[in-house]
Amino acid sequence: MKIKSQKDFLSGVLLILVGGAFAIGATNYNFGIAVRPGPGYFPFGLGIILALLGIVVLTSAFTSKRTDGDPIGKIPWRPLLCIVGAIVFFGLALPRLGFVISFPLMIIMTAAGGSEFTWKDAVLNAAILTVMSYLIFIYGLQLTIPLWPALS
Amino acid sequence: MDLIANLSLGFATALSLQNLLYAFIGCLLGTLIGVLPGIGPVATIAMLLPVTYGLSPTTALIMLAGIFYGAQYGGSTTAILVNLPGESSSVVTAIDGYQMARRGKAGTALFTAGFGSFFAGCVATLVLAAFAPALAELAFSFGPADYFSLMVLGLVGAIILSSGSILKAICMILMGLLLGLIGTDVNSGVMRYTFGIPALFDGIDFVCVAMGLFGFAEVISNLSLKDKRETFTNKVSGLWPSMADFKRMLPAVFRGTTLGSVLGILPGGGAVLSSFAAYTFEKKISKYSDEFGKGAIEGVAGPESANNAAAQTSFIPLLTMGIPSNAVMALMVGAMTIHNITPGPQVMQNNPELFWGLIASMWVGNLMLVILNLPMLGVWVKLLTIPYRFLYPAILVFCCIGVYSLNSNVANIYITAILSVFGYVLAKLGCEAAPMLLGFVLGPMMEEYFRRALILSQGSYSTFVTNPISLSLLVATAGLITIMAVPSIKKKRQEAFQED
Repeated sequence: MKIKSQKDFLSGVLLILVGGAFAIGATNYNFGIAVRPGPGYFPFGLGIILALLGIVVLTSAFTSKRTDGDPIGKIPWRPLLCIVGAIVFFGLALPRLGFVISFPLMIIMTAAGGSEFTWKDAVLNAAILTVMSYLIFIYGLQLTIPLWPALS
Repeated sequence: MDLIANLSLGFATALSLQNLLYAFIGCLLGTLIGVLPGIGPVATIAMLLPVTYGLSPTTALIMLAGIFYGAQYGGSTTAILVNLPGESSSVVTAIDGYQMARRGKAGTALFTAGFGSFFAGCVATLVLAAFAPALAELAFSFGPADYFSLMVLGLVGAIILSSGSILKAICMILMGLLLGLIGTDVNSGVMRYTFGIPALFDGIDFVCVAMGLFGFAEVISNLSLKDKRETFTNKVSGLWPSMADFKRMLPAVFRGTTLGSVLGILPGGGAVLSSFAAYTFEKKISKYSDEFGKGAIEGVAGPESANNAAAQTSFIPLLTMGIPSNAVMALMVGAMTIHNITPGPQVMQNNPELFWGLIASMWVGNLMLVILNLPMLGVWVKLLTIPYRFLYPAILVFCCIGVYSLNSNVANIYITAILSVFGYVLAKLGCEAAPMLLGFVLGPMMEEYFRRALILSQGSYSTFVTNPISLSLLVATAGLITIMAVPSIKKKRQEAFQED
């Protein structure tokens, strides 16, 4: 047995895992009966169907006529980590450091995810975007966003 | 005449100063984003949602709709001028439009696109106004079983739109439905899959899903590709087409409009599908079929009219039945929900000024776009020279602020971060996010109708097939699946998406 499509193989695995997890999770909830379906009824059914279809996708990975192996390709760690890191950082920092500090830092972090990163561009971009966002969201739309570091 | 009374109510609403202003802002922002490649209409609307939080529901929807068709206009402008379709619905426009531009007829091509879109927009507005009330009337007679089957049909129809494997698309729908069930179950009050996390008690906010799956995942994908965007500016001159061009263009505009209006109403139809269909159709029937690919004016007129007509008529299933037919409409459902409006047939009765105002504003918006676009071409083309490294941080931070301001809760930011990784993994595996978003939006409603149908039928599944409306919808669904499985059609479908 040779995996002829990496993408399909991994998709199948993912689908089975997600479907299975939802179906197993659904067993914690009341099923009810068909006359009065409980909260577990619908997700259990959907989870099972998803897992079954996942098996079909998984098998198709072995029967595929592709010859190139349909590889998933390289994982771009740098953009992935920088961007997700920046988002999480923003979530952590906003309530503590406030918009004025966390916002430009986040922009520099996201900029570091690109392949053409230079400090000059990143800082310039951070400055422009911070001022712009301040004007649009805080001054213009009056969204409630903590501005300065929380002292307590 | 009801129609006239309704339309005048609509125009009175749409022409109020505030609504005009926001329609204008929406069109402007939409065009702006449409011009920029690398961010689609779904991410755009999701990103700009926070701007509408403080507005009245009518104004908010008018603005969002403006963004939507503005994006279409902008997408075709860049498709013609620099062979870069800003949106997937203008992919086919790039084929002949760009060739026309290379032959020095950029102005004519732009005029054709603008005129075709405007004409299609006018017709589609009338179609919407004429058919929507009748359909809503019909929707009132639907029972829970019928609604459930309608949603099945809508979801299956939507996957014609996805370019990859149909099987995987169905899986994505299921996954979306399951994600949609996270949160408190409305019937029993049981918390499902929340792991005790308070931010999940009300379910995952759909803005997080849209931004994670579309905004962030798209940016990560784009960054992993090398930025090799060439930018060059053509001189645009001679907007007005010659009489000969006009004669060739006009019938194509009519055909495109008709095709687009019809395909837009169908579940799963929408701008992308209709522009592909219109292009194929024009190529087939044209006397000049050898010119296609080398700058045939019909190749611009047909698809451009079709995609605009479809963009507008795809509001019909949303406004009358509450069924979104594509990912953009799914966002509209979310936007309406934020403003406490449940999409469905009751919108027309309870909020007539919203319903008709939105319809009228589409026409107003189309007019604005024609006026706005032609003189501002130079500005749009200039925008293309902004390097992506300056753009994407802006996209990301706007999304983050939008997510945070949903309810001033950072938990939403974390949820979005997780979903963006998930979205990226799915994209890597060749699974499309659009069907998932649709499933996510429809999940809770579908479960609700499913349960109600079973309760009404006292637990008998046969209710889904003994009910004539439900039965015919399910038969249509089965037909759709069969058609898509037919080898020759399967091949055609793959070919059509080759250029995607």
